[in-house]
Amino acid sequence: MTLILGRKRGMTQVFTEDGTHVGVTVVEAGPCVVTQVRTSEKDGYDAIQLGFGDRSEKRTTKPLQGHYKKAGTTPKRFLREERLSGPADCSVGDTRTCEVFSEGDIVDVIGTSKGRGFAGTIKRHGFSRGLKTHGCMNYRAPGSIGASAYPARVFKGKRMAGHFGNARVTTKNLQVVRVDAKRNLLFIKGAVPGPKGGFVQVQTAKTGAPGAKG
Amino acid sequence: MNLIDELGNELGKKKLPVVHVGDTVQVHYLIREGEKERIQLFTGTILAIQGRGIARSIVVRRIVQGEGVERIFPLHSPRVKDVTITRRGKVRQARLYYLRDRVGKRTRVEELVGEKVRRERLAAKEAAAAEAQAVAAAAAAAEAAENDDPEPEAVEA
Repeated sequence: MTLILGRKRGMTQVFTEDGTHVGVTVVEAGPCVVTQVRTSEKDGYDAIQLGFGDRSEKRTTKPLQGHYKKAGTTPKRFLREERLSGPADCSVGDTRTCEVFSEGDIVDVIGTSKGRGFAGTIKRHGFSRGLKTHGCMNYRAPGSIGASAYPARVFKGKRMAGHFGNARVTTKNLQVVRVDAKRNLLFIKGAVPGPKGGFVQVQTAKTGAPGAKG
Repeated sequence: MNLIDELGNELGKKKLPVVHVGDTVQVHYLIREGEKERIQLFTGTILAIQGRGIARSIVVRRIVQGEGVERIFPLHSPRVKDVTITRRGKVRQARLYYLRDRVGKRTRVEELVGEKVRRERLAAKEAAAAEAQAVAAAAAAAEAAENDDPEPEAVEA
């Protein structure tokens, strides 16, 4: 698995050679700095810690300042770990660019979805709406939430209105259409969770990579 | 400039044909038939221009054998080789969807002509009228001459 951190920049479209157009999300990915290498001897598992985006020193806590100083970099906005199956082949201070991915790669993109506040069942779970005319008064009501005598309670996990969005969402099996190494951009086919400017993690697809719908 | 617009500028064609709603255009569209490639012309009226930047596309409508046919062409598509304007239209709407409900002669869009063309046409019309008048006058004169002719002859005789 390869991981890179980035920011969603927005969507556009590109044309393939045969003239079909593909909607793509532009992600500004990397450069990321390796801020720490975890080893199985010391930490119990192998991983590397990546940092992305700048943050002013003033806004960084003293312990973190020390952490970044140790890595020899400026303070970073985001830190994420990539789990490795064996010892890391890179060392602290190395940079990782978007070139870790190439055209045609299948990736998963993790982001935080747009917050929608307290949403009803229609928006949140895709329930159907009632009639607006013919004397009906339950336009957006959820309907029955359970039977009366048995089970005489509402099942756990019953889909109801509540807070929607602003949650970690993974979009799986997206294809990398283009890599712009000069400007650290990844063009990923399809939509990606979160608003423009939102923080996203792009990683090698976990499942279905070979036969993934690209 | 916004990164997305910038990318659109880079990825798209450098120069787009300048077209407007209501124009009658010929779209040179590359089609593939098995191995062969050829350019097909689609002639019609632009009903609407949609999208911006690299997503810009035109809706072209024409009547084929009494049946309205509409096609959407992304202007930046590599398969759209060229768009040539054969006639410019004088329209007051941004979307000419009302043409869908029209049949026959009413589907036409009035031609937009510049001041120069209008003057030229007017001049041509006037010239034609003058010429017609001159021809008529000449004919009248000739007729008159014919009528007059016998007299001098008679005098001579």
